[in-house]
Amino acid sequence: METNFTHHQSAHCENGVASNLLKHNGLNISEPMVFGIGSGLFFVYLPFLKVNYAPAISYRPMPGIIFNRLAKRLKLKIKRIKFSSESNAAKALDENLKNNIPTGLQVGVFNLTYFPDEYRFHFNAHNLVVYGKTNTHYLISDPVMENVTKLTHEELNKVRFAKGAFAPRGQMYYPIQIPQNIDLKPAIIKGIKNTCRDMLAPVPIIGVRGIRFVANRIKKWPIKHGTKKANHYLAQIVRMQEEIGTGGGGFRFIYAAFLQEASVILGNEKLKELSAEMTLIGDTWRDFAVNASRIYKNRSTQDDAYNTIANELLAIADKEEMFFKKLKMAIS
Amino acid sequence: MKKEEVPQDESNLSKSNVKELIYATDENGNYTTALSTGWEPKTIALNNSLDEINERIVFAKEEVAKGEMSPITYFMELNRMDIGILASYVGLWQWRVKRHFKPSIFRGLNDKILQKYATAFNISISELKNFKVE
Repeated sequence: METNFTHHQSAHCENGVASNLLKHNGLNISEPMVFGIGSGLFFVYLPFLKVNYAPAISYRPMPGIIFNRLAKRLKLKIKRIKFSSESNAAKALDENLKNNIPTGLQVGVFNLTYFPDEYRFHFNAHNLVVYGKTNTHYLISDPVMENVTKLTHEELNKVRFAKGAFAPRGQMYYPIQIPQNIDLKPAIIKGIKNTCRDMLAPVPIIGVRGIRFVANRIKKWPIKHGTKKANHYLAQIVRMQEEIGTGGGGFRFIYAAFLQEASVILGNEKLKELSAEMTLIGDTWRDFAVNASRIYKNRSTQDDAYNTIANELLAIADKEEMFFKKLKMAIS
Repeated sequence: MKKEEVPQDESNLSKSNVKELIYATDENGNYTTALSTGWEPKTIALNNSLDEINERIVFAKEEVAKGEMSPITYFMELNRMDIGILASYVGLWQWRVKRHFKPSIFRGLNDKILQKYATAFNISISELKNFKVE
């Protein structure tokens, strides 16, 4: 069986699944719009939590939050189910496909056989859509892939029940109710306000202050941990910022695309200017990645190199602080 | 980033013919999307992490060969896991998993426990038990 689902490639898995599922249900909404309304732009640094033996850093909120906020702000109803039994999880999915419902799943990446080996880590917050089933395979629309793909029944079961942090526990989700008339305007404003609040939060490890916190830590890394570990930590920052799913520059370019779309919908010229400004900020994040990669490629031992890029990061934090203050003004 | 500046470097993605989607601006400054085969700074970052993992695997292998650690540590590193992830796959407390890293305790494990590890590593019990470093 197969549902008549259309696959669109996207930059980020969660926005992509949300956008694709809603498009399938007749609500034409772009990936940047999903990202912006769901307040997907975020920054958090968790030095006490280690991922792959380096401090955890994230440019996005917890998995599932973007779609949940979007649903709340557009008054959509999304059904989410987690399972304790693997066979029940498979049954529920098959039932959905029988009823012609393409279904979103949270999965672990490690056993996704169609991913290049280098990308298969124990990362459990990936999302994809299952849109059909054959005798041997499930038909998969993974939004970060160019084309649709498939997994055997056993493989899908494995990725649905991956273990570790954010274990998906077979989680599946799909929209069950979409109102006739959707007004994007109030939802956009709520989304922007939420993002400004997050990025300007008075918490040392979140938002602009979080970026400064990391910058100051980077200065200390080579002395405290030695060059090797410092380089490993730095590489992890760049990976989280640029890896598949961010659309480049730690989501800044997707957010700029959202602001541009929002400026047309709200008839707010100021947002268009701010979109251009966000693009420039995204470019400075890219420059940071280039300079950081030079450090760990050359295994340069001078402490000064770390100070230089830490200062780059501090400059980005200052720019973003100004930016989000202006953004907050622009919509109030 | 401008559309014509979207990097098309060789990467671990391009080897498998995968392209990723990037948001970039066109000549009028309007946003559009473009596909990218990869970007060098990213590839370097990823390779740095992979090197780190390979070093850990080699180190674990040496420890197992010396009889300092049980084969569980080697397979854990090989599967890119840490103690927390492994513990949740086998459904045991972390301190128990850590205990099983000791060769003397590993030798006394029953098949029921060994099977849990074997399943987590996607190998058979005998592969785990009779693991020899060449």
